[in-house]
Amino acid sequence: MDKQILTFTLNGEPVQLEIEPHLTLLQVLREELELPGTKEGCGMGECGACTVLLDGKTVNSCIFPALEVEGKSVMTIEGVADAKRGLHPIQKAFVEHGAVQCGFCTPGMVLSAKALLDENPKPTEEEIRNGIAGNLCRCTGYLQIIEAIKAVSNQL
Amino acid sequence: MEEFINVGKRIPKLDAEEKVTGRAVYIHDLKFPGMLYGKILYSPHPHARIKGIDTSKAERLPGVKAVLTGNTIPPVKFGFYKDNVPLKAGKVRCCRDEVAAVAATDPDIAEEAIELIKVDYEILPAIFDPEEAMKEGALLVHEDHVGGKEKKPTNVLNLPWRFTAGDVEQARKDSAYVAQDRFRVTWVNHCCMGTSGCVALFDPKDNLTMYSITQIPSLAQKDYLGALSAMGLKEKKVRVIKTMIGGGFGSKLDTYAFEYIAILLAHKTRKPVKILFSREEEFFATSPRQPAIIDIAQGCTKDGRLTFRDIRMILDNGAYTSWGATTPSVMMMPISSLYQVPNVRYVAKCVYTNNTYSQAMRGYGNPQATFAIDSQIDTLAEMAGIDPLDFRLRNSNMPGEITPQNFKITTCGLKECIDAVAQKLDWRQNRGRRNGRGLGMASMIHVGGGARVYNSDGCGTIIKIDDFGTVNVITGATDMGQGADTVIAQIAAEELGVRVEDVVVTHTDTDVCPWDVGAHASRTTFVAGNSARGAARRVKEQLLEVAAKSMGESPEHLDIRNRVIYSKIDPEKKTPIGKILRAAHYAAGGRMMIAEYFYDPPNENLDPKEWKGNLSVTYAYGTHGVEVEVDKETGQVKILKYVAAHDVGRAINPMLLEGQVYGGVAMGIGYALTERLILKNGKVVNPNFLDYKMLTAKDVPNIEPIVIETNDPFGPFGAKGIGEPGLVPTAPAIANAIYDAVGVRIKELPITPERVLAALKEKEQG
Repeated sequence: MDKQILTFTLNGEPVQLEIEPHLTLLQVLREELELPGTKEGCGMGECGACTVLLDGKTVNSCIFPALEVEGKSVMTIEGVADAKRGLHPIQKAFVEHGAVQCGFCTPGMVLSAKALLDENPKPTEEEIRNGIAGNLCRCTGYLQIIEAIKAVSNQL
Repeated sequence: MEEFINVGKRIPKLDAEEKVTGRAVYIHDLKFPGMLYGKILYSPHPHARIKGIDTSKAERLPGVKAVLTGNTIPPVKFGFYKDNVPLKAGKVRCCRDEVAAVAATDPDIAEEAIELIKVDYEILPAIFDPEEAMKEGALLVHEDHVGGKEKKPTNVLNLPWRFTAGDVEQARKDSAYVAQDRFRVTWVNHCCMGTSGCVALFDPKDNLTMYSITQIPSLAQKDYLGALSAMGLKEKKVRVIKTMIGGGFGSKLDTYAFEYIAILLAHKTRKPVKILFSREEEFFATSPRQPAIIDIAQGCTKDGRLTFRDIRMILDNGAYTSWGATTPSVMMMPISSLYQVPNVRYVAKCVYTNNTYSQAMRGYGNPQATFAIDSQIDTLAEMAGIDPLDFRLRNSNMPGEITPQNFKITTCGLKECIDAVAQKLDWRQNRGRRNGRGLGMASMIHVGGGARVYNSDGCGTIIKIDDFGTVNVITGATDMGQGADTVIAQIAAEELGVRVEDVVVTHTDTDVCPWDVGAHASRTTFVAGNSARGAARRVKEQLLEVAAKSMGESPEHLDIRNRVIYSKIDPEKKTPIGKILRAAHYAAGGRMMIAEYFYDPPNENLDPKEWKGNLSVTYAYGTHGVEVEVDKETGQVKILKYVAAHDVGRAINPMLLEGQVYGGVAMGIGYALTERLILKNGKVVNPNFLDYKMLTAKDVPNIEPIVIETNDPFGPFGAKGIGEPGLVPTAPAIANAIYDAVGVRIKELPITPERVLAALKEKEQG
């Protein structure tokens, strides 16, 4: 298959690369662009470990065709912390509230939390639970993650 | 009480920042120059003869560097029984059997090559029911496996899990009430979010480096050395390097075919070979928790004192034998020692079938046994007309008790746990309504001070301190997310009088780290913690010795607090430790500040005849209480309130401890209500998260942890283990609450709405 040119914004910076058209966004991020922070937990869009933000909304990058991000803006976990200000408040809260154990679901979880709070800075507990319902976590039982997101929303 | 600067504090996990920024490196993220990708071809049949394998097309595919089959590999054997080989020749015995493997330059080519391998099978009849498989004349899974006195061919493994105390028959006769039931539990998967994988590579001298996610680096090293030896590579070295582990829960307490296949491919190709499981493989080719059929009888006196416990257990071993076949030895623990019961009889049989083979999973048999025991305690209490709360209090374990299995109970907060749960649920007020809402509770005992499963239960620590006061703690322990790194840092820092920020924990490399038997049995905080504390004490002595000279004070008058060495008798005399360290290193005849300590707890192996012995230095107790609402129309069970009280000795880090409890309970609720790996004719038919129902953030109820601190005299700063306890009593607590709500006793996990409905219907029809 002929390669195609893909142009999009990645973590605030323009990116252009040639890719095979069948690649998923996850493959492009991890393999072509060498950004391994986005994880593959199932490859079927069921666990949310591969969550990234596309124009601010969450997508499961493992089943998302890379060419569909043409002209759009993608944020991965590598783009969440600020080079100058350090960790994003959500990341800080995850650290401080014990929301991280093995950490494999964490990048996706942080991005789902970000999408939620960007749209709804004062979510109820139920809205928080809905907001991260697509991100499976086996270690934490979710409660400290929910607590962390609540803590950030109280600061906002 | 002594005031601590590190212990008891809610200190964030040391690697949390790496993880929230996506910088943590997992096995999935590893790449080496020239690395090849391995793929495995599995048998689609549960039992078949391999008549021939044609690999020629796969071998010709550009990019394929090696193709292996059972006939082309050296005789590597693995597993607890050494009844498994990396690639099967002659016969396959379950649907996850590995029959061929390839290494190729990219994963897609490897996948394509696998599809090009043609295997000619002669399908054989198979056996899936362990009770059928136990019968005389049953089809044999391993024809050459013999057992019993006559050494007759059998599917029953030669593992004599049998325990007797007192006289069960007499006690049964003397009991005022006897309950008899059959419980069943099925397979569940660990569901580690990071799938399994490894990278194997050989140096030019045939020494192996294994990048791994094992929970048992030192024992895995031994397993791999055995494989090298079978490959004709004698006197070679094995180095195991752990990456970040994407969840363990016991799944990595053994070594598996995929690891040996990676080693064989790497040796054949002389390239690094990576094997990484897909989620589907993770579901069907890793080893789940054991299914069991549990026949149980318990009796009590008129006033509700337990008289006996009699259990026969049948475990579906699957086609091969991993360490999982030793879970009945841990089941023995609650069977002999949960509540005070003088007469105990227990027999467990592990039976070969053509199903997948099971392994360790958080609780190691304890959740299965406790489900049966503590569900039936409610039945017995009802027969005796006693509130199950009072029944449990009356039979509660006590400090100083010696149990029928010769466990020496040091501290025991079980009564406090039961009371705390009752109070939180307003038990006396709210129980026994039978209006669709109900309360239930269940308790647990688990090893909390190591577990002498092997001849050693030890863990080593090396501590060195650099010029600037950075404390390098090099531990044998394994962190798989639970926070071992942080707890060890807190313990070492506390002992040394420094802050956690001053400590760097290294726990990843067998070339560097001391020996340890592994992250199992909730032993890490206790054993690795005591080890770290011992090493810290020794290095502190060295530091004070050097300081004594330069400060003109005798060492016993010196102490360290917050990185300052000070005199206890003359507060004016103080020096920052950095200054002392530099003086030590730069002085003529200088010395390093370095110490090691190997802690092997004073616990006992169970004696192999009677299975008695003080397995653990101390025991962890807990009680869970739950309020449920059962929808009589749909059979849906909703958890309204969940309380988890645990005797933890001391909470070294309350935040991480709560994380263990929350995570354990969530896993336990899944075990109780939603999770099951469904096998049809030996094949896993739900190998994905759509059909395997792990709890999501919407499903987990709020959980209230209650921490009971009994300050165990043997624990590091009083701590006991808490890794597994969180899920042990969850299922029976929920089952008991369902009974209280609607009057039906569900004896099979998971308690699905279908099962609740069926039971309600049966009850209605009388």
